[in-house]
Amino acid sequence: MIRVVLPAHLKNLAKVTGELQLDLAEPVTRDAVLDAIEARYPMLRGTIRDRQSGKRRAFIRFYACEEDLSNDPPDTPLPKRVVEGDEPFIILGAMAGG
Amino acid sequence: MTGVRVLVGTKKGAFTLTSDGKRGDWTVDGPHFGGWEIYHINGSKVDPNRIYASQSSGWFGQVIQRSDDGGKTWTTAGNDFAYQGEVGDHLWYDGTPRPWEFKRIWHLEPSLDDPDTVYAGAEDAAFYISRDAGQSWKELTALRQHKTGPSWQPGAGGMCLHTIILDPVNKDRIFIAISAAGAFRSDDGGESWLPINKGLRSGEIPDEDSEVGHCVHRIAQHPTRPDTLFMQKHWHVMRTDDAGEQWTKVSGNLPSDFGFPIAVHAHEPETVYVIPIKSDSEHYPPEGKLRVYRSRTGGNEWEPLTKGLPQSDCYVNIYRDAMAVDTLEECGLYFGTTGGQVYHSADGGDSWTPIVRDLPGVLSVEVQVLP
Repeated sequence: MIRVVLPAHLKNLAKVTGELQLDLAEPVTRDAVLDAIEARYPMLRGTIRDRQSGKRRAFIRFYACEEDLSNDPPDTPLPKRVVEGDEPFIILGAMAGG
Repeated sequence: MTGVRVLVGTKKGAFTLTSDGKRGDWTVDGPHFGGWEIYHINGSKVDPNRIYASQSSGWFGQVIQRSDDGGKTWTTAGNDFAYQGEVGDHLWYDGTPRPWEFKRIWHLEPSLDDPDTVYAGAEDAAFYISRDAGQSWKELTALRQHKTGPSWQPGAGGMCLHTIILDPVNKDRIFIAISAAGAFRSDDGGESWLPINKGLRSGEIPDEDSEVGHCVHRIAQHPTRPDTLFMQKHWHVMRTDDAGEQWTKVSGNLPSDFGFPIAVHAHEPETVYVIPIKSDSEHYPPEGKLRVYRSRTGGNEWEPLTKGLPQSDCYVNIYRDAMAVDTLEECGLYFGTTGGQVYHSADGGDSWTPIVRDLPGVLSVEVQVLP
């Protein structure tokens, strides 16, 4: 079970509370997680990745296991502790703006 | 008429302000979408329960919201604003070519006939239509692919399509305006476009007679005089009486003919309102006095309207989409400021009262008359 933490604004948009839980076949990659999120919550399409290019939006960051995975290739397998549900995959808005 | 509903978009959410037809007591509801920029929130003319909102943020991009119950509840609609076909280039600030890049929706204009049809104006400038209540969007490409497109440059606020006027008489006619490309007219429902900028004078561009490149801030039309348009340009207040074939300056005695919004009285086609702003860079009212100016002669002769508005130490701005008129018998006017005040007049502008004083900076104001 993959655990995902969304930023508060996206929780509101998706009308969810707490962590998301996803069942995914291995290899579990960042894009596989985002594909699953967008399939379940289509209102989040375009809010994490650009709708046309598929690239991470500039002020979105991906953290897990105290590591910044934001700039890893999107098909990189996620850490084992995330895949096994011991640690969440964290999506957050970077500190920016006012 | 049972009342009015004012739709306010701000830098940190949307608000609805409702009152009965007397417009004396107001109920404030919001923020909706707290923390998000609401560039525009606008209701259907044929179904006032149908409201569309453009919700965006630098973090999460563009979202479109739709309400089917007058703003009580909201549903996320579609946000796939793809440019169709070859994207192409426009000019960047430094004069180099730059590919069109979608940033946000500035303006939503519901159809005059069908609550499920709505038009959207984007930054970078493009014109979209949805026929399914905002679920899917199609770019009407002829505007962005106009032969002058490669020469368009953004204004300081971005290359935004900020004004959409659907002609109430000629259903195939649409007027739009882009900063800083200028005004355009379509006579075939958006399939082709004609620049309508003759007579505009813009000292900011080398050739003042240029077909495009004019920084149009806002255009307003009275529904009974569809060929007469009033324009607040970067500098100058203009009018045309032939659907944009030729513009004439009507700034007259205004203390500054720079400003952003412009509006026409609901029942008097020659009564026009502007809010002069000091510029080029200050962007606050001259002398710190917040004054709406009214012309009852279609321009040139303007009178200041000050009763109820701050006449000292006022340094707010009023954005281009932040003034609206209602259609009640005694025409009401509304405008919102960058300081978060929303003022209204229930007597055609003679006197003003704040509905709210402390909202986030106001980006847009629209008003609905409720049946």
